[in-house]
Amino acid sequence: GEEGRGVVKGRSIKKILIANRGEIACRVIKTAQKLGVRTVAVYSEADRGAKHVAMADEAVFIGPALASASYLDGAKILATALATGADAIHPGYGFLSESSKFAELCKQKDIIFMGPPAAAIRAMGDKSVAKSMMSAAGVPVVPGYHGEDQSPELLKAEANRIGYPVLIKATQGGGGKGMRIVHNESDFFESLASAQRESQAAFGDSRVLIEKYVLRPRHIEVQIFADKHGNAVHLNERDCSVQRRHQKIIEEAPAPHITSEFRQRIGQAAVDAAKAVGYESAGTVEFIVDTVSGDFYFMEMNTRLQVEHPVTEMVTGQDLVEWQIRVANGEVLPLQQSEIKLMGHSFEARIYAENVPKGFLPAAGHLHHYNPPSASPTVRVETGVGKGDTVSVFYDPMIAKLVVWGRDRSSALTKLVDCLTKFQIAGLPTNIGFLKTLASHHAFAAGDVDTHFIDRFKADLLPSTQSESIQEPCVPKATQYGAALAAAAFGIKSAQEKSNGLNSIWSSGSGFRLNHAYTRMLHLDWKSELAESTPVPLSLKLTYSKGGNFVVEGDKVEKMTVTGKELPDEDCNLRLNVNGKSAPVSLAQFHQGGLSHIHLWEGDQHHHFTMPVPAFDTDESQEHQRSSHGQHERSSTQGPGAVVAPMAGRVVKIFATNGARVKKGDSILVLEAMKMEHVVKSPIDGIVKGAEVEVGQQVSDSTVLCQIEVCTCSLS
Amino acid sequence: SHDSFNSKWRNFMSLDHDLNVLKDDIKTSSESFIENSKAMEELLLDLQQKVEKVRLGGGVKAVERHKKRNKYLPRERIDHLLDPGSPFLELSQLAGHELYSDDLPSGGIVTGIGSIHGRLCMLVANDPTVKGGTYYPITVKKHLRAQEIASQCNLPCIYLVDSGGANLPRQADVFPDRDHFGRIFYNQARMSEEGIPQIALVLGSCTAGGAYVPAMADESVIVKGNGTIFLAGPPLVKAATGEEVSAEDLGGAALHCKVSGVSDYFATDELHALAMGRKIVKNLHLAGLKNRASRSYVSEEVREPVYSPDELRGIVPADARKSYDIRSVIARIVDGSEFDEFKKLYGSTLVTGFAKIMGQPVGIVGNNGILFTESALKGAHFIQLCAQRHIPLIFLQNITGFMVGSRSEASGIAKAGAKMVMAVACAKVPKITILVGGSYGAGNYGMCGRAYSPNFLFMWPNARISVMGGAQAAGVLAQVERDKRIRDKTPWSDEEEEKFKEKVAQGYDREGHPYYASARLWDDGIIDPADTRKVLALCLSASSQTAPKETSYGVFRM
Repeated sequence: GEEGRGVVKGRSIKKILIANRGEIACRVIKTAQKLGVRTVAVYSEADRGAKHVAMADEAVFIGPALASASYLDGAKILATALATGADAIHPGYGFLSESSKFAELCKQKDIIFMGPPAAAIRAMGDKSVAKSMMSAAGVPVVPGYHGEDQSPELLKAEANRIGYPVLIKATQGGGGKGMRIVHNESDFFESLASAQRESQAAFGDSRVLIEKYVLRPRHIEVQIFADKHGNAVHLNERDCSVQRRHQKIIEEAPAPHITSEFRQRIGQAAVDAAKAVGYESAGTVEFIVDTVSGDFYFMEMNTRLQVEHPVTEMVTGQDLVEWQIRVANGEVLPLQQSEIKLMGHSFEARIYAENVPKGFLPAAGHLHHYNPPSASPTVRVETGVGKGDTVSVFYDPMIAKLVVWGRDRSSALTKLVDCLTKFQIAGLPTNIGFLKTLASHHAFAAGDVDTHFIDRFKADLLPSTQSESIQEPCVPKATQYGAALAAAAFGIKSAQEKSNGLNSIWSSGSGFRLNHAYTRMLHLDWKSELAESTPVPLSLKLTYSKGGNFVVEGDKVEKMTVTGKELPDEDCNLRLNVNGKSAPVSLAQFHQGGLSHIHLWEGDQHHHFTMPVPAFDTDESQEHQRSSHGQHERSSTQGPGAVVAPMAGRVVKIFATNGARVKKGDSILVLEAMKMEHVVKSPIDGIVKGAEVEVGQQVSDSTVLCQIEVCTCSLS
Repeated sequence: SHDSFNSKWRNFMSLDHDLNVLKDDIKTSSESFIENSKAMEELLLDLQQKVEKVRLGGGVKAVERHKKRNKYLPRERIDHLLDPGSPFLELSQLAGHELYSDDLPSGGIVTGIGSIHGRLCMLVANDPTVKGGTYYPITVKKHLRAQEIASQCNLPCIYLVDSGGANLPRQADVFPDRDHFGRIFYNQARMSEEGIPQIALVLGSCTAGGAYVPAMADESVIVKGNGTIFLAGPPLVKAATGEEVSAEDLGGAALHCKVSGVSDYFATDELHALAMGRKIVKNLHLAGLKNRASRSYVSEEVREPVYSPDELRGIVPADARKSYDIRSVIARIVDGSEFDEFKKLYGSTLVTGFAKIMGQPVGIVGNNGILFTESALKGAHFIQLCAQRHIPLIFLQNITGFMVGSRSEASGIAKAGAKMVMAVACAKVPKITILVGGSYGAGNYGMCGRAYSPNFLFMWPNARISVMGGAQAAGVLAQVERDKRIRDKTPWSDEEEEKFKEKVAQGYDREGHPYYASARLWDDGIIDPADTRKVLALCLSASSQTAPKETSYGVFRM
């Protein structure tokens, strides 16, 4: 290149290919657009209509939905970058972001990989290597054994040295796989064997390491940044202690209850860690903090821009993607350590498609309704989807990240809870309700967090269902009220629906009746979102009374009078007035899985009801068979298995002879009459019996051609 | 100067701004308004109670028996059939009221107009909880009236059949005459001929003559188990031929869908049948719509009246002898209370003018006192205007009659009235009549009474209808009686005469009452004055499903 002469000032990136999808792809595109850098999106079969595809300047199809054949196919992505003339690839997080091989490949093809050098990725990718390097660099590490000698006896001796409880971890591990906590010496061998088995199965490598297990640990991580000139800074810490299934769900910056002296120490340790591996670009050094002693230990380093990076952006006022681009361009870091500020407090809540009562099981589905709180300088909603999109089974089920900022922790938390309340999603199960409960918990408000937080407060956060599921769970008062509002909102919405048709007055949905009021019954089923339970039926009577008043009554609902109107936005908002008190609500209705789903948001409540969609047995022919059997003379003698000539005609072809097994609807023979061929089909599943007609034979109308005898054996 | 002032304003707003908004000085807080409202609300309460009662059908036991068979009540059937929440204009709710020695709620049949898949339909539903759904004379009349409206307005007919056929003890008043039972099928044939779809949903029995309802229909649905169609039921068959057969085998759903072909769609239950009924209407496509009037003139924007329609309850004087300005009524039924009055200063006892009701243009003819020659001439003139321009006519009747006396006769009031009657009878535009007060004598004719086949005719609860007022009639009859007694030389005391007069007046009052009229189908129902605007809008829309027709007249006596 023309830069030459060993000067590190690189070429300026003009076009970035984003080797990712979803919110992070959109996030990168936003900054690129701000800087005037052109973007190339790549997409799989499942993402044809995705938001990142629409946002990018160019979009290239790279293969089937399966990630291994698209987003993880480094060669294909690199070829796409070359073909589109991209100077750089931003890997986002996940997928290829921590693949040293891919980083290497990029370098070979002279494409800038927007991340650290391959060697740094490799070093940090192997936990044992990383720990020994960190130890050597003076970064505190958890006391442990990271040796190559894997003999069980030695491992046990090391465990005894470290002191119980200890943690056995797969060397290649992640995501909790191949991990065991050992509380007593006597359990060691058994736990070791099972951890090794799991590790072998998951990573093809049974090597383990042993570490001190910290009893009430906090997960505090430090955002670092390094440039190609040997400079490295930290941008303060984040607390990501609150986790479920070993995955973060709420992150915050700064970490609560730490001193600036601690911040400085842990920050310096992170910078040292980065420098030790010759780091470039954005990275995160994760530490485990012993709540009791206040000591911190290096856990691992994530060599990428992380999901939770926005909380750091909010408290430092920086755009980390912009930093990545500038560092990749070869510029020096935009700020020196002393210039990096810490302002206020920020939270991020990850909104997932998941089934909370089923142990946070990932979910997928269609976003029939999606209405996030409105964005502002203090509220960010990072997402790659919108109303009508699908959260597919192929990728991470995260729907959006809600990021808020406040002057201090308590005001930021107030904002977080408010925004979660206003976050409306319907069509698939989400963790919004759970996040709200979590963020409203007194211990969380007090900043009393550790990685066992959810386990510790399980009783508060996940209402036990065992006792309730036996008897019919009682419907909370708020839900009954919600159901009544849903009924009223229904009426008000339909009454306001304007049709521009020829009979618009008649299709108004006003429910007009002469000299009496129109009433409708609404039979809703309610199911708790937080706990597993059987649906509870709720019946509501909706009366369209004079002057646009709706009266709702129900066996479990106090009678109320509701008026209101639908607001002229597209977000299904209604302004109701209940017994003279104003109550803004949002109502979403859609059909899914044979049910009509009704979602209502009012105040800080989100209610979900279902209604069965009327379904009729539409197979008339089958009904005829059933009902005519034994009732009509002709049918009764012939039985349901009789194959009858529908008209007089000549047999021209026979498909099924005596003894043949046929299924309902299979062709038996062909009759020719009036120069037309008519296929005679089997009325039921069974075996052909008593067929005596031959090809060429003339049969008269209603002749029994054969009988299909029902056989008890399987037809498969 | 004045001129420059005018020209200044011309540049800022159109000249007709606010020009035609009716000004009304009625105070809702005034004593008379409150008193009037109270009187009207009493009448309405009584009406609503009567309607509530007929809505219960033929009694608790019959309803229970009916529901046990997995059947819905006729109005529930209709609600399921209609687009959810859409209006339903029920007709003649009080038909049969105190008409027979037996109670016959709503005449044993529910009829009305509603929307199915956005298509206006006439619904005719037997009430089998009332005398087994058999046809009394008034049942037949109500069924025929529904068909008449359907035919006039080009509305597909949906018959929800569940009836034992003609009421045998009353066969003489049900079977033989022109407008008796047979006319139902004649109408079905003629409407089918005109392309007005005839659809039958057999939800119960259709015996004897009743069998022709589904048989004459373009398409029919029958419910398994509950629906039967036969000319004679099992007992009659056994008596006639000795054949023993169950109702289901004789005329059930399977037989008619599979073997006889009398029915086209097999429904597994009643809701299924109603769903199929909706499907049939959906598949009508634009059949029958080809003759629809061009509705492009209907305004998209609908403005409510300046004065609330609810105030109509307080407009009508509690004392029927007191008069009131018909413009107070018009101001509360037309869009924006805007009324372009025609010939305001001439023949002022008849108010005529143009307005819109929920975007639909109308010509309004309303009484503001006794009809004089000039008023009648003005009415004839205005009706001709509307007929030529295809503007539907609304008649607001509050009429004691034409002016009598030598001056009046000499002015040719009879021929002036005749002109108005000629114009009304011949005008081929939708006509809707509302009786907002008295409807007496020839005034009823000129103002498009029942005999002039308005598309719809409704009464307010305070309205009265008779050849003349009760007091007048009593006076006339007393005069005749007195003359007779003078000839016969039989004495007649003042006391006796008063008694006689009172009896006559009472009879007139009873027979002129809306309940008496509604019971006999002299109207299409009694409505709350506050609902007038809505009812008119629905009726206008329902009346606009046909192509405009050219009007021509007979000989006007000049």
